[in-house]
Amino acid sequence: MNTFVIETKHLDLFYDSFQALTDINLNIEEKKITALIGPSGCGKSTLLRVFNRMNDLIDGVRITGDVNVLGDNIFTPETDLIALRQKIGMVFQRPNPFPLSVYENIAFGLKIHRNQSKKEFTDIVKESLKSVILWDDLKDRLDNSALKLSLEQQQRLCIARVLTMKPQIILMDEPCSALDPIATLRIEELMQELKKNYTIVIVTHNMQQAARASDNTAFLYLGELVEYGETKHIYSSPKEKRTEDYLTGRFG
Amino acid sequence: MSIVIVALIFAFLLKEGLSIFWRVPISDFLFARNWYPISDPPQFGILPLIIGSILVTAGAGIISIPIGIASALFIAEIAPRKTKEVLKAGIELLAAIPSVVIGFIGMVTLGPFIKEIFNLSTGLTALSGSITLAFMAMPTIVSIAEDAITAVPRQYREAAIAMGATKWQTTWRIVAYAARPGMVAAVMLGIGRVIGETMAVMMVTGNAALIPHSILQPVRTLTATIAAEMGETVQGGEHYAALFAIGIVLFIITFLINGIADIYLHKAKK
Repeated sequence: MNTFVIETKHLDLFYDSFQALTDINLNIEEKKITALIGPSGCGKSTLLRVFNRMNDLIDGVRITGDVNVLGDNIFTPETDLIALRQKIGMVFQRPNPFPLSVYENIAFGLKIHRNQSKKEFTDIVKESLKSVILWDDLKDRLDNSALKLSLEQQQRLCIARVLTMKPQIILMDEPCSALDPIATLRIEELMQELKKNYTIVIVTHNMQQAARASDNTAFLYLGELVEYGETKHIYSSPKEKRTEDYLTGRFG
Repeated sequence: MSIVIVALIFAFLLKEGLSIFWRVPISDFLFARNWYPISDPPQFGILPLIIGSILVTAGAGIISIPIGIASALFIAEIAPRKTKEVLKAGIELLAAIPSVVIGFIGMVTLGPFIKEIFNLSTGLTALSGSITLAFMAMPTIVSIAEDAITAVPRQYREAAIAMGATKWQTTWRIVAYAARPGMVAAVMLGIGRVIGETMAVMMVTGNAALIPHSILQPVRTLTATIAAEMGETVQGGEHYAALFAIGIVLFIITFLINGIADIYLHKAKK
């Protein structure tokens, strides 16, 4: 029996009068990597941003249907957004470290949530940098500006920054699109490592990446969930014509 | 072209003003305590004027910087779009009021008010000058700081919000921090405007060239001195040269302040 950490039922999302997502029913398995694929503008990122309610920042967004994250409906008036976003970390398309030092970047989450004493900060910073394999590179440069790092290092730093909050789910919005192929592969390796402890949902443009790195794949097209299942099945024997056409490069 | 003109202005100031230093050594000019240009023999010590300028400027800074930065943060980050537009238009309007008008309002309303609450013999004091000038520095500070805050990339805000930061934490720890160079520049330009301001201060500070012992005493600033006395001087005379030398001092001060502002604006762009 698989456990689902995110479940959506009949999810519709509108930007004013434009319907961006239509009747999405998607269950995301714990400690797996789920890839959301599809052509640009099909609603992948929009869907991803439903899970941590980042769409709240945009005016005119209206959502109907149910979304349960870790067992709780996240669209109730009582929903604690701060707690929700601690449980769900997010990594963005362009690495976006704060214009602070490496250390301050990692410690940001600790400082705003104050769950730990100051003494523990150093340990947690070290631990999270280790888990993204940056510690050896950066241990002597913790006071340097994070903006001086390479893009790959910046993206790793952003992942480490999320890990300090001990989230259960990590959302990644095309995390490799700003990186070169080698850095991309190394981030994918890191994802496999992280999968042991975290559930990962990744939006990607890159079909090979989804094939290589994910356990489950959801194909979205024009705001609809066309097909969802184990990545190897979707790629070897898609049930839907549209999925096959997309995967074989006939459109998208 | 503008650099040439600035250089020419500076050269002209030097030509007209330097002759005073034949008679009064620079150190006396800057640090002697008495400014009696028409007594016999005349005394040209601009220390009271420098202190007057510093006092009024510092007071204006203390009032306008916190309010100005807070307003900029409010307009850029918190205010709904419509409020934002109204407020920005208001700020621009405030910037467009001629300084004489502000000085006049300060003189007839603020002066008596200050006289009343502090029980003074005159309400035209350094404090009145500071408050009046704070009004003039505010539009500059608010509009430039607001630009700097708006220019902070959206990704920083998103990253902070996605980590569960509150609006306040995001604004304070990330946005304000990232906009710091721009805000420093805003403050510098605001202060630059205050130091150079003449008419309004002349009207509300009481114009007494004495070293003040508190902010509730009348003072006179460098700029007001030039404006008030230039008409009475003989061209080429000592007094005339001394006023030009004050101009040199002012020029150097504003040059330094603008230079600092420029450095930070440059940093802000990176």
